Amino acid sequence: MKSRIGRPAIPPWANRALAAAVIAVAIIFPFFFTEAAGWVDDMTLALAYVVMGLGLNVVVGYAGLLDLGYVAFFAIGALATGWFMSGFFADANVHVLVGEFTKNLPGIHFNFLIVLVFAGALCAVAGIIIGLPTLRLRGDYIAIVTLAFGEIIRVFVIQGDEINLPFVGGDAHLTAGRQGINPIDKIDLPFIDQFTSLNLRPWYWTALALVLLVLFVNIRLRDSRLGRAWIALREDEVAAASMGVPLVKTKLMAYAVGATFGGVSGAFLGSYLNTVNADQFQFGFSIFILAMIILGGLGSVWGVVVGSLALSLINTRLIPDVLNDVPSKIGLDFNLVDVNYGIFGFLLVLMMILRPEGLIPERRRQIELHEDVDESLVEVTHA
Amino acid sequence: MSDAILQADRMSKIFGGLVAVNDVTFDIPRRSIISIIGPNGAGKTTFFNMLTGLYKPSTGRLTFDGADITRRRPDQITKAGVARTFQNIRLFSTMTAVENVMVGEHSRMRAGIVGSILRMPWVRSEEKNVEAKAREMLDFVGVRKSQHDALATNLSYGDQRRVEIARALASDPKLLLLDEPTAGMNPNESARLTDFMIRLRDETGLTILLIEHDMKVVMGVSERITVFDHGEKIAEGDPASVRANPRVIEAYLGKQEAA
Repeated sequence: MKSRIGRPAIPPWANRALAAAVIAVAIIFPFFFTEAAGWVDDMTLALAYVVMGLGLNVVVGYAGLLDLGYVAFFAIGALATGWFMSGFFADANVHVLVGEFTKNLPGIHFNFLIVLVFAGALCAVAGIIIGLPTLRLRGDYIAIVTLAFGEIIRVFVIQGDEINLPFVGGDAHLTAGRQGINPIDKIDLPFIDQFTSLNLRPWYWTALALVLLVLFVNIRLRDSRLGRAWIALREDEVAAASMGVPLVKTKLMAYAVGATFGGVSGAFLGSYLNTVNADQFQFGFSIFILAMIILGGLGSVWGVVVGSLALSLINTRLIPDVLNDVPSKIGLDFNLVDVNYGIFGFLLVLMMILRPEGLIPERRRQIELHEDVDESLVEVTHA
Repeated sequence: MSDAILQADRMSKIFGGLVAVNDVTFDIPRRSIISIIGPNGAGKTTFFNMLTGLYKPSTGRLTFDGADITRRRPDQITKAGVARTFQNIRLFSTMTAVENVMVGEHSRMRAGIVGSILRMPWVRSEEKNVEAKAREMLDFVGVRKSQHDALATNLSYGDQRRVEIARALASDPKLLLLDEPTAGMNPNESARLTDFMIRLRDETGLTILLIEHDMKVVMGVSERITVFDHGEKIAEGDPASVRANPRVIEAYLGKQEAA
């Protein structure tokens, strides 16, 4: 075994050439379609999910902390846009680095990049807060605590319309509950076309840029002191602590980094979807993202990218557009869209049987899982 | 003793109603090789776990190199200069031998999250040095170069033991705790390990504390032996006097009769 673990066995130049080619294709992709084509829309959404997948990958894939409340960071990131990129606080009048049109609107309006950084920072703090009670817990118990945290945030968003914020002035509340906050300001960046619902290309490129940024950070951290500490922690907490890895700090770092990416994606989606309402933040969303990274390969950045794209496109394109009327054609009276979660579940079961390490597995996991298989076979043959 | 690198003062560990370690006072002179022996269940490993911070002592005080480390976390104690191996090997199984040893160097590294993301020049050179040192360490403990990049789980048993020692040494310890390092080794390998421990002490000035069942190793390498039974220290002294001590003989023979 000559190649370093965690990297594909192909030479590095080939790897780089492949990555460059994929990125180039990704950049010119929208030119193959009209400006508001459904494909561009679907891909933009998929890329935003890739960002979330990569964030969750840090927590679950690298550090081995099973987080079932990841939707919380989508919610918090999106809420940041609701607060600071809309007319929600109608009595406040704050405008920072926004375009001509937005300047005249009531409410608080910050430039998207500022909100993006703020959403990331806010989620990092939230990530640490969710991390703190799980520090002494292991495995399944972490899953339960994080699941509850996700639900708390959702209920908080629903009920937030009853919480008054006296210092903003007027009749301001924390959230708009089920009604939702909309419209949200469109992203407004210099040197790029207008971000409108009629021209989705700038949205797509922004999402792509976020993916590349998050991908870069993911890879850099994986191959660093911190990345090694995460994997050591995942493998054996006691040994890791005894080798000088500070458990608390290392775990909280994983939660914070993962949450930041979730917040970044949440902020983008807030503006892209043009609404922030409580129904977006269902528990199922956490599972949706988790399913993406399991499908792709836990801990493997390229696996996560592929898994997220695949599941997202299955959700927005394959099921509703391509296969939706299949049941009615064979005489069954339901739409495939209604059972989409059932389909995802089926895909996961299929995956666990055929290829439990994911589509593009992390080398470590592959060895781990396949050794288990060997051992069980040995037991079977001895029995 | 004034020149003790580690002093345990009246340490006890109580689990519920069970007194695992009872009122043990113990010190380790600098640059010595000391052994703890005793029948199974005597509290040796529990005592080890207290020395490395995995268990908090119920009572007592622990001083290392002049500083009170009684309440410190395991990683802080490692940073202060105590490293250990485990009775049943605890390598990070899906990491390579080199990566395992690099984790051992964690507490001596500075790279933080921002530095790692930007991969600053100093972070890059730190990574390089850490990897070079890890390979050096593996050479030093006798792991063949062809095995450096093999996954820990695929290494031979002897190599796994060696990698664990290399990983412990990578944190630049002043005191090395070895929990039954020769378990599962043949007499030949045990003898080699004995020589290695002496060489380690003489070349690097390390202090070594050993838990060991192999009496040949214990008698051959230790300057002092401490005997535990039922959580208490029942004897302490040079190998000859411990061997002749009636309480020690009783503790061991009683065990044999029962078996």
